[in-house]
This record gives sequence, structure tokens and C-alpha cells, in this order.
Amino acid sequence: SRAASLLPQLLLRRRPASAGAFALLARPASSASGGLPPLTTEIHPGIKRGAFSQLTDADVSAFEAIVGGDHVIKDADEVLSYNIDWLRICRGQGQLVLRPKTTEEVSAIVRHCNKRRLAVVPQGGNTGLVGGSVPLFDEIVISTSRMNSLLSIDPVSGVLVAEAGCVLEQLDREAASQGLMMPLDLGAKGSCQIGGNLATNAGGLRLLRYGSLRGTTLGLEAVLPTGQVLDCLTTLRKDNTGYDIKQLLIGSEGTLGIITKAAILCPARPKSVQLAFLGLDSFQAVLDTYRLARRSLGEILSAFEFIDSESMRAVKQNLGLSCPLGEHSFYVLAETSGSNETHDREKLDGFIESVMSMDGCATDGTVAQDAGQFAHLWSLRERIVESLLVDGYEYKYDVSLPLADIYRLVEHMRTRLDGRVIRTAGYGHLGDGNLHLNFTTPKFDAKVLELIEPHVFDWVRDRRGSVSAEHGLGLKKSQYIRHSKADFAVRVMAEVKRLLDPNGIMNPYKVLPDE
Amino acid sequence: YIHIINKADMAASKGLKILVGCKRVIDYAVKVRVKPDRSGVVTEGVKHSMNPFDEIAVEEAVRMKEKKLAGEAVAISVGPPQSQETLRTALAMGIDRAIHVEIPLAQLEKLQPIHVSKLLAKVCESEKPDLVILGKQAIDDDCNQTGQMLAALLDWPQATFASKIEPSQDSKQLRVTREVDGGMETIDVSVPAVVTSDLRLNEPRYATLPNIMKAKKKPLAKMSPDQLGVDLQPRQEVISVEDPPVRKAGAKVESVEDLVGKLREKGLVK
Repeated sequence: SRAASLLPQLLLRRRPASAGAFALLARPASSASGGLPPLTTEIHPGIKRGAFSQLTDADVSAFEAIVGGDHVIKDADEVLSYNIDWLRICRGQGQLVLRPKTTEEVSAIVRHCNKRRLAVVPQGGNTGLVGGSVPLFDEIVISTSRMNSLLSIDPVSGVLVAEAGCVLEQLDREAASQGLMMPLDLGAKGSCQIGGNLATNAGGLRLLRYGSLRGTTLGLEAVLPTGQVLDCLTTLRKDNTGYDIKQLLIGSEGTLGIITKAAILCPARPKSVQLAFLGLDSFQAVLDTYRLARRSLGEILSAFEFIDSESMRAVKQNLGLSCPLGEHSFYVLAETSGSNETHDREKLDGFIESVMSMDGCATDGTVAQDAGQFAHLWSLRERIVESLLVDGYEYKYDVSLPLADIYRLVEHMRTRLDGRVIRTAGYGHLGDGNLHLNFTTPKFDAKVLELIEPHVFDWVRDRRGSVSAEHGLGLKKSQYIRHSKADFAVRVMAEVKRLLDPNGIMNPYKVLPDE
Repeated sequence: YIHIINKADMAASKGLKILVGCKRVIDYAVKVRVKPDRSGVVTEGVKHSMNPFDEIAVEEAVRMKEKKLAGEAVAISVGPPQSQETLRTALAMGIDRAIHVEIPLAQLEKLQPIHVSKLLAKVCESEKPDLVILGKQAIDDDCNQTGQMLAALLDWPQATFASKIEPSQDSKQLRVTREVDGGMETIDVSVPAVVTSDLRLNEPRYATLPNIMKAKKKPLAKMSPDQLGVDLQPRQEVISVEDPPVRKAGAKVESVEDLVGKLREKGLVK
């Protein structure tokens, strides 16, 4: 994480609550409504179970023969946790979880399921936010958690090859030992797996600097829904020989196959990471500061995030974190990563001077002086999701919009939902034009959901934005795909799905709309 | 020499003059690596920052200024050219001016608390502070010696591991609460004195942008050990530096039978 992976999880000073920005993203102990989330089939009664077979004892025996009895989970209590998503808004009714160790085992399992027409759900760290990684009905969960070997790191080329079940944070630590870093970083890093990151084309905090997984993934190996192994696991930087099939799998959210291995191009770990944290009083000031940052910090800028006052209030009230600045309408985190501390500090000084002499701009701000301050300031952004969960029930939206429209949406929805929600929080990857918009209520409220959807998606569509910038469609947003993709494009996607998954067993009900 | 300042004097005069020591150390969050030749640890290209206990000392000096107990706060650092950055951080937190005693690279690795305390003692002769606040120890050597040695050289009282500093009841001295093995000890010390800061003394502030900008213009004076007439001849020789022994990995077993088998193998059960 931000060169941040220089930081251990211990802090010398006793700061309230925070375990450091890189602490495992804690699963909430129970949903605020107490106990289990409602069955997904109750929330979406319109979705009908596909024409799949039912699981039989013979199937279970076949799986036991493939992975061994110890790695076939049938016990209801254990299976339950694989059926509930991280946000605790979905609960599936899967009866069986399989934990293969090798690609061959995955292939054998999928081949069997395809022959028998048994639906499956590939699952990595189960940290997805759109209900894409858990069953709806009785799909069999295929967990990649045991496929967690790091296969190789080449310190010269920077290419890292790993099995899909490797946890992102651990890969980053391994990369660090070779002077490298993983090209992506997100709040779920302590639990999410690289296979899932690829399947969802995860974005995160440093996309601004290192680009998306579509660029940094050099190759992958996957098991297709027929059970065949697709070996595109090359470590070559350039290979223009034919169609780039791996790009179909990246971002397919587990609906076109199960990724089993990945080759990632890792950038050099920066020697100097600096962080400026600014308080601003208008969104225009945020945009102006971003422009300034690109001009004065351009080549070393590695993250540019904004937080609104409501989000800051949430981390302060709900998690007890302290903010070193006064009350402001907006806060900005501008991070730089470079190879020379003296040069970078000089550039940062120049940026700060420009910011302070800008009209109506930041006079309140700080620069992290040591690793502890660095971790604390980042935690104010990274733990927003966690803090909102404390309110009770969270409605999450993740959209791409033209920069000028980003906060207009927040203000518009805040007015629309006035009095109906605990809070409307807006924050996100300003540098990528990506807004995270969240609403919270003490318990799930269908009336509130009706006020939000489809209105918020329509608003985004009308401004030619994306209804899902980085979280994907999963279950929750599949019917809105046409808000951001032309109908014909969606039909071509369906053709590809039919080609690769003729029996439709691979993560059904997700990504593409029903028809 | 001992001279006592009472609180009325403190207010009427310009308050105590405080000298704060800051050391530039490898950032506490960095994973330290031993050099292949085992002569020391890798410092090249590694992130450095102010010793955390010194940050606390700086914070205390600034707070005493804000409470009008102190009039002037001066930061001092003994170290390489980059120690200037550490001093800039102190200035950005609210210190008035800084002194950098620059140590040439060749002598840096052999610098010991005995040398640092002699350098500080010499500076105290000319600066004449009423109070010297140092971090209780540096996180690179963990010596916990400089404060105590300095007090001895100056023949000043010392109050180490301070978790609270306030005027004494009769306002003629400083009342310091110390963290000791048995709990807390409260003592009154007359000024001038040396105090070393412990973890719970305060929580250091973030340097604000306006102060970071102002810090650039605050005076930073340079001195050399020769000017101060201190001999940096090393008294100790580091023979080798090694990693602590690696913790051996455990082994995972797949079943109870396996576990019993392994325990028998190791002769831990019959």
C-alpha cells in the first residue's frame, strides 16, 4: 500500500481506536438489525432459479475424490459464512463449499459441474461490494483460498507470478522484499485475493499513478466453465499475437471462468512517499487544488482523494478517530511517490506554496512528518466505509462522472433524501473522476431505496457517466448495465457468455441482466 | 550553580528559556536491515524522521510557551547535514529557532551519548537555558543516557521519564511526574534542570501549513564540534551487528493423529 507498506500495524503512540491504515478491514460483528441478513431471494423475489441440477450425494463424493474430504465443507454453520457478503446485505443458500489446492483440481470440479449442470460461484476474499461473490440459491462455492502460493518474483523485470488465492497485502509484502510494490492498493487489502482483484478489475487508491489491472496484468491462467484450462500465463511485457483473451476475463466478475494464476507487472517501490492533507471550503477549491497538484506534482503524484465533511464526521463520531484540521466542507489527501526525498519535498513545498496563495484556498492543512502521522491521515479516508456501517445499514454507490458534476450529485441526493437518512456521504478518487456516494439508515428501508434507485443511476446516465466505476455490477447493479453501455454492446457480451459458458453455470444471475 | 525562578518572575520576565534536543533516526515504521558486512544497519535511502520521544519533547516545549511558562524555545540537533530537516520539523511545530551541530559523516557512526552530552553541555554554557528537555532515549540505540550524562556534566538536577511537567506548588520549582517501575513518582526540581520525556507526556501536534512555511524563515545556526571544543574520539568499538535469531516456523498438521505423531517424534509425549 502506499509505499505505506513501509508501515507495520503497530503505532508507537496510543491513538484512539485506529489500528493503522493497513489494518485488516474488520468485518462488522453483526448487521445493525441484529443477526443474519435477509435471504437475497427475499430481497429480489423476481429472480428465478435457473434450470440447474440439484446437488446429490454422488456429486459430493465426486468432489471429495478430487479435493479430499477435508476440503469439502458441508457443515451448515461453516457454509453460512461463505453465503454472506462483506457488507452483510446478501445471504445465499449454498449448501457446499469446495476448497481446491491446484488448477487441476479446479478444472476437475468445473468439468464435473458443467457435465451435471450444477451452478457454481467462484469466491476469493469475499470482499466485493455488489453481492457478486456469494450464492443466490444453492450454487456451489469454489473458494480459491488454498491456492495461495507465490510462484515467482523477478526483481529485474518486476514481474510477479502468483496463484489466485494470494492475499493482496501479503503479495505487497513479498514484493517489498525485492524493492517492488503491487500496482494496486485498496481498503480490503488484508483480505482480498489477487484472483478476485483481477476478476473485478479492482481500482483503488493508486490507479491514478499505476493504471488499472488491465494494463498491469501481463498474463493469467483460468479454468473456463467447460473445465478446460486456459493458459495465457505469459510474463512478457509485449505480446501482440492474436486476440487478448485475458482482457475478457479481467473484470468479468467470475462469470466467464475462474482465474487460477496471474502474472503482474510490479512497479519499483518508491523511496520517498509524502502526504499532504488539506482542508478546503468549496468543491471548486478541490478542483482547483487538483489542477495545481497535476501541474506542480505531476510526475510524482500517486493519489488524490477527497472527503466531504459528512464522511469526516462519520469517522470521528463512529470510530473515534481525530482529525488534525478544523471543520471544513472538504478535505483532500495528496500523496507523492518518488525516488528522491529531497527533490520530492521541494516539489511538495512548491505545491503547498501555490495552494496557500490560491484564491479562497487551503490555509488549513498539514504534511505528514513521520510514518505514524502518514498512517493516521490515510486512515481518515480508508476507514470511511467501516465507519458508515456503524450507522446501521449502508446504501453504496460508486459512479464515474465528469469532475464538475461529482459533488452536484451528492448535493442533489442529499436534498432528495433530507430527513430520511442518517447521512449522505460523498468521497472518492477525485483524480479518477470516481465518486463514492453512500447513504445510511438505522435499518434497511425499502422506501429509502426506492427514492435512491433508479434515480441516482438515471442522473448518472444523463451525464454520460458510469453507474459502476470500479465496484462492478455483481448482483446489485446488473439490471442497470444499459445505463452505461449501449444495448448492442450488451448483446455482444451475452454472446461471449454463451460461447464460453454454454450451460450458464459460472456465477449465474450476476453482471448481465436476466434476459 | 543553582538559581530559582518563581512563577511571578516567570510571568513578568519572559518565562523559561527551553532547549530541546532532537535526533534524526530511522523512522520507527521502517523494517531495519543489517548491512551484509555486519558493521551496522542500512541507512542509505531509508526513511528517517525525528525520534518519537524528541517529538514529544518539542511538543512539551511548545505547550509551555503557549501556557506562558516558557518564553523562548530553541531546538538543537547533533547529526549529519540532513538533521536540518529534523530541525525544520521542530520549527514547524512552533519552536523559535534552531541550532545544528554538524557531524562529519566519518565520525557519525561512532558518535556516542557521551559525545552528544558534552556538545550539549557546551551549548548550554553559551545559551544558558533554564530547562533542557530531551527524549528519554533514541529508538535507534535505545541508550537512555544523554539526558542523565548532560545533567551530571552541568551538575544540574534531572527529572527523567517525565509524564507531566508543571510549576511546583510554591511556583519556585518544576513539579515533574515520572514513570518508574513501581508506578509514578512526583518530584520537585529547581531550575535550571534537565528533563527527559516519556511516552505519555503529550501527543505531538501535526505541523500546520502556515507553520511549515514560516519554519523556512526561522533562524537555523550551524556549529561544529571543533568550535565547541569537544573531542569526538570514540570510546567504544562496534564489533558486529546481527539480526535477532529467526523464529523457526511451526508446522501445520492435518489431523489429531498427525499431531500426536509429531509430539511423539519430538519426544514431548510418550
